[in-house]
Formats: sequence, structure tokens, C-alpha cells
Amino acid sequence: MSKWSPSERKCRQHEQSVVQSSEQLLNAKDDLNTEEIQGLSNDLFQKADYDASQAERIGYSNYSYWGSTLRMFFKNKLAVAMLIIMAILVIFTFIQPYLPGQRDANAINNYPATHAKGGTPIKNRKPTWSIIWDGTQEIDFLDEEAKDALPFFERISWSVTRYFHRMSAAFKDLFDGEEDVGIFIFGTNRIGQDLWSRLWQGTRTSLFIGIMVAIVEAVVGIIMGMLWGYVRKLDFFFTELYNIVDNIPSTIILILAAYIMKPSVSTIIIAMCVTRWLGLARFVRNQVLIIRDRDFNLASRCLGTPTRRIIFKNLLPQMVSVVMLRMALAIPSAIGSEVFMTYIGIGLPIDIPSLGNLVNIGRGYITYPGLRYQLWFPAIILSIITICFYLVGNAFADASDPKNHV
Amino acid sequence: MFLYILKRLGRSLITLVVIITVVFLLLQFMPVEGYFDNYEKMTEAEIQSGLVRLGLKDPLPVQVVRFFKMLLTGNLGISRRYRVNVSINEIIAPKIWVSAKFGLISMALSLPLGMALGALMARNKGGLADKLGNGFIVFIQAVPNAVYFLFIQLYGSQLLNISLLYDEAVTRSIILPIISLSLPSIAGYAMWLRRYMVDEANKDYIKLARAKGVSNSAIWFKHVFRNSVVPMVNFIPGSILLTISGSIYVESLYSIPGMGGLLVDVIRKQDNSMVLALIVIYASLSILGLLLGDILMGIVDPRISFVKKEGSR
Repeated sequence: MSKWSPSERKCRQHEQSVVQSSEQLLNAKDDLNTEEIQGLSNDLFQKADYDASQAERIGYSNYSYWGSTLRMFFKNKLAVAMLIIMAILVIFTFIQPYLPGQRDANAINNYPATHAKGGTPIKNRKPTWSIIWDGTQEIDFLDEEAKDALPFFERISWSVTRYFHRMSAAFKDLFDGEEDVGIFIFGTNRIGQDLWSRLWQGTRTSLFIGIMVAIVEAVVGIIMGMLWGYVRKLDFFFTELYNIVDNIPSTIILILAAYIMKPSVSTIIIAMCVTRWLGLARFVRNQVLIIRDRDFNLASRCLGTPTRRIIFKNLLPQMVSVVMLRMALAIPSAIGSEVFMTYIGIGLPIDIPSLGNLVNIGRGYITYPGLRYQLWFPAIILSIITICFYLVGNAFADASDPKNHV
Repeated sequence: MFLYILKRLGRSLITLVVIITVVFLLLQFMPVEGYFDNYEKMTEAEIQSGLVRLGLKDPLPVQVVRFFKMLLTGNLGISRRYRVNVSINEIIAPKIWVSAKFGLISMALSLPLGMALGALMARNKGGLADKLGNGFIVFIQAVPNAVYFLFIQLYGSQLLNISLLYDEAVTRSIILPIISLSLPSIAGYAMWLRRYMVDEANKDYIKLARAKGVSNSAIWFKHVFRNSVVPMVNFIPGSILLTISGSIYVESLYSIPGMGGLLVDVIRKQDNSMVLALIVIYASLSILGLLLGDILMGIVDPRISFVKKEGSR
């Protein structure tokens, strides 16, 4: 920049004004002279006693780990939005059975008129709102010429009235006529079970599996990982165990577990946990190796801190963020594994609905456009849940990393 | 270096033997019913003679040793249940070829695309490309494959006007399986490369280079990219070798006659000799992949040496 540069000139002007104003402040009178001091009354002052604890007090920052974590988390708008969606979904999933008018997930719904004859199940009934929508779409306009003859505004008002007429007719058909079977928000499946209650029951099952797997993985993985990293003698054993288990395809372990035990929710949880913890343990072990020999730990050991305290107070808090990340990601991945297990035929039986077997059943209708709703709904709920957990987990892991607390 | 490789090979061999033995023992837990098609109607004597014929009545060590002796002659054994009395080499060979073809094409596609996406995202970190790319990665990583593969198959086949299943005679029908195979790996490569590049770009020597006035493109390609590719190189040989294992989802969705569902199939049919043969193949390939990855990493980055001992830890 040269001295003829306009921006430089502008800068200098600003500088001038700043300097002037600060000089004014500095030269202003801001203390009292001796006479004024003597004129002050005594009750403006208070005598301070000697306090030993105050003398010992040291400077501290009012930094709080969890406070900063929460503040960082709530800065991330997308994650907060996802958290809200997730909370609504999870809460709704758990209160759904207590809402009025819910059907049993495994009950087969029959046409009311056929009760006397043993009942005909309401098979593959489309979602109620889609039936109503289809009803309003039916074309029974005046013939085109007569419609075109109407003036514009009349045509619109005529269309609107017709629309509501047809909608109410569709409602009437649904609830008054022969067809009165009640509302199936997501329709029914091939044998007449209510897809709405099956879907929420399935979400409950899948969430339960995911959360349990994440908890078991975290607890076992952290404990074993700490031992692996901290106790040198165990290193060889764990490393070899990891090498071996990592090379056995997880499918074979899942299938074996499913064969040995009877297929149920607990079988699936156990089968997934058998090998999963090793991944987290290795992760924790690497972290421990990185932190273990840092100077503050060396100092702590020299001062005689017991191993347990070193592990829980010095090592664990450093790993909160990575462990949180692994745990949050374990939930969607466990739900995904459940889908996979159902896909290869070792999942839960049909009478325990889960997102996995709902998607899998829906998959069978992929070539029938009219029945695709049986795939769409479970797939959408599954995607929402996994994406929410993934994003919230990532955001929380970022927020809980002290390096990001500025 | 040569000695190091030899040592690694020796250790891998031991690991392989242990893995095979463990799987061998695990397979003993399989229920007896699974070995016969009409278990309910069989008499006790028939079951016993059947088990003897399958070689399951011998003591365990004898079975293990017999299996290893057979392996040493390069023979993977004979299928007992999947396709009765056909040599396993014969069953697997055409399937490996099919899976490898799909896997290699999708890798040739996804590696450059994923790398390009990752580099683009790292270059304008926080920008529009980064946000869109992140959305893509989150979607692919979070939503179970089974779900979006289904929709790719459903709407892709309508769009391209082809049948739902793979047909060898129709070249176009290769497109959808390749897309399904590539999407997850594109997301994976992009995610890792982005992370490595962002980490690398924050290092001090990059700041020094900037201060010296090295041009932006030279910084990104000569320093940041080259250094962040090193950890990626590590798992490329492994993924190339493991393309032959195929993908369960993609191959069963499009009914491609590959290796994908084979392991699950043979476990469910309890064809123990085939399960073991497949485990031998997969395990040895993944171990070999790790070794090759380490060697390749040493070649790409001359600073990495496996001969020297690591630091105090």
C-alpha cells in the first residue's frame, strides 16, 4: 500500500479519531485529591476480617466440562433439530401402546360383517388416508365441454365443492357402508395385522436391541480396552485374540449363535455383542497407549496414585468423546445388523415385529406397486431413526471433545 | 525388509492355522439335524452311519489333522451338502470370477470418484460442496444398505427400462449392481480422505509453506494430498483382494451368481467342508491384504520403515 492509497488514508483518519478519544479518556481526572478523601463519610466502608481460607484461595476458571459440552452441542442447529425429532419419535414409540384405540400388533383383524362365519381377515388393506385420497381422485366430472363452458371462478368453486363432496362420500363409504372396518393409518399386511401398531412395536424392539448392544459394547469394551492398554502382560493375549476374531467372518458367529440358541431378542443381542466389544476395546487401547505415558500421568504415578484412580480419573475423562461417538454409532449399526440378520434368514420370528423383519416382508412386495406401502413406511422410519442417532452422536462427540471448547 | 516380510508371513500362517482350528471347533456346535434333509424319518442307525460317512464321528484332532493335510495338497475338499460330491474348487472358481468382475469395476469407479469428492470437500471445507458431500456420506453411512439398495433397484430399473434382475446377455443390467456396490465405498473413501486432508492442512509445515509463498495448488497436491493418501493406501490391497468375496445384498437382490451369499448358504446347509474352504480363502486373503497394505505404504512413503523398532512405547 502506498501513502496515496484511499484505504490507507481512511485508516489513518480512523486511527486519528481513536487515538484522540483515548487520549481524552486518559487525561480525564479520575482520582480524588486529599481534601476530597477526608470529606468522605465512614459508613461507605466496611472492615474486612482476616480469613485464612481466602488467603489460600487460588485463581480458577469457571470452566465446567459438561456445561461447555452442552453449550457446544446446542450451537449445532442441525443436531438439535435431529435431537428433537429423535426425542419425539422415541417418546411416541414408547407411549403408543397406551394411546386409546390401538390394536394389538399380532392380532388378525377381521371384517366385522364376517364375525359370525369365523371371520375373513382384512388382507393388504391400503392405508386409510390413501383410500380417501384415491376416492377424491376418481374422475366423475361433468363432461369436459360443459365444464369449460362455466366461467372461471364458478368452475373453481364448483371443483372445490365437488372435491369436498367426494371426500365426504369416501368417508361415508369407509365408516357407514359395508366397508366399515375402522381406521388403519398404515394399512394392514398380508394376513390382516395392523401395520401401524406393528411398525411401532417393531421400532421398540429395534431400539431396544440397539441401545442394549451399545451399552454392553461400551461397558465391556471400555473395561477390556483399559486392561489391554494398561496391563502390559495382557497385550499379547488381547492382540492375538483380536487378530483371530477379526478374521472370522461375523456372519458365521451370528449364524452359529442363532442356531445354538432359539431366535429371540436376547439371542440377537448376545450374538452381536460377542465380537463387537473387541473393536471398541482396541480403540480404547490405542487411546490409552497414547495418553498413558504423558507427563501428567507420570507425575500422578510418582505421587503414588493407585492404578484404579489413574484409570478412572486420568484416562477415562479423556476418552469421553470417542467413546460417546462409538456408542452413538453402535445404535444405528446394531439396527442395521438386525436388518441384515433378518435378510439372511436368522432374524427374529414374525410374531416379534422388528424394523428388520418389517422391511424384509415389505421387500417381497417390491413388484406390486399397490402394496409398496408395506415397504415404504418401515424403510422411512428406519432411515429417520438411524440418521438421527448418527448425526446427534457425531455432534455430541464433537461437542464433548475439550479441544473444541474455546 | 525381506526378513521382515518373511517374519510377517510366518506369523500370518500361525494366525491362519488358529483361525481355521477355531472355526473347525465352532462348527462342531452345529445341531445334528442340519446334516440330513429328512432327519425325522431316519432311524438312529442311519443317522450314525451318515455321520460316519461325513467323517464327523472321528475324534476331533484326527479331523483337524486330516483337514490340514488335505489343504497342503492345494485341495479345498469336496462339497457334501451344497452340491453333493462336487469338488469345491470347481464350484467356487466361476463364482469368484463373477464377484471379482463386479468388485473390480466398482472399485475402479469408486476409488477415483471417492478421492475426488474427499479432496473437493477438504478444499472448500465448510462450503457448499462440503455440506452436500457430508449429507451424502451421512445418508449412506447411517441408512442400512438393504433399504437404499432396494430403492435403487426398484426405481433404477424403471428408469433404465430393464428387468429387476441381472442378465448376463444385457450389458446395461450391470449398471445398477455397480452403482449399489460403489455408493458405500465412494462415501467411505471420501470421508477418510477428507478427514486426513483436513488434519494435514492444519499442520505447521503447511503454514510455513504458505508463508514462504508456495502456490496454493502446489500446497494441496504436493503436500496435503500426497501425505494424506498414505494411510488410505494401506487398505487398498485388502479391498482389491476381498472383492472376490462379493456382496451379500447386491448379489442376492439382482440374483448374480457370485460368492456373496455363498457363505451364508453353506452355513445354513451345514456343508462344513465348504464353510471351512471359504474361511480359508477369506482369512488368508484378508491377512495377505494387510501385509501388502503395509508394504505398499512403505513404498509410497519412504519415511515409514518396518525394520526399525518403534519408540519407547
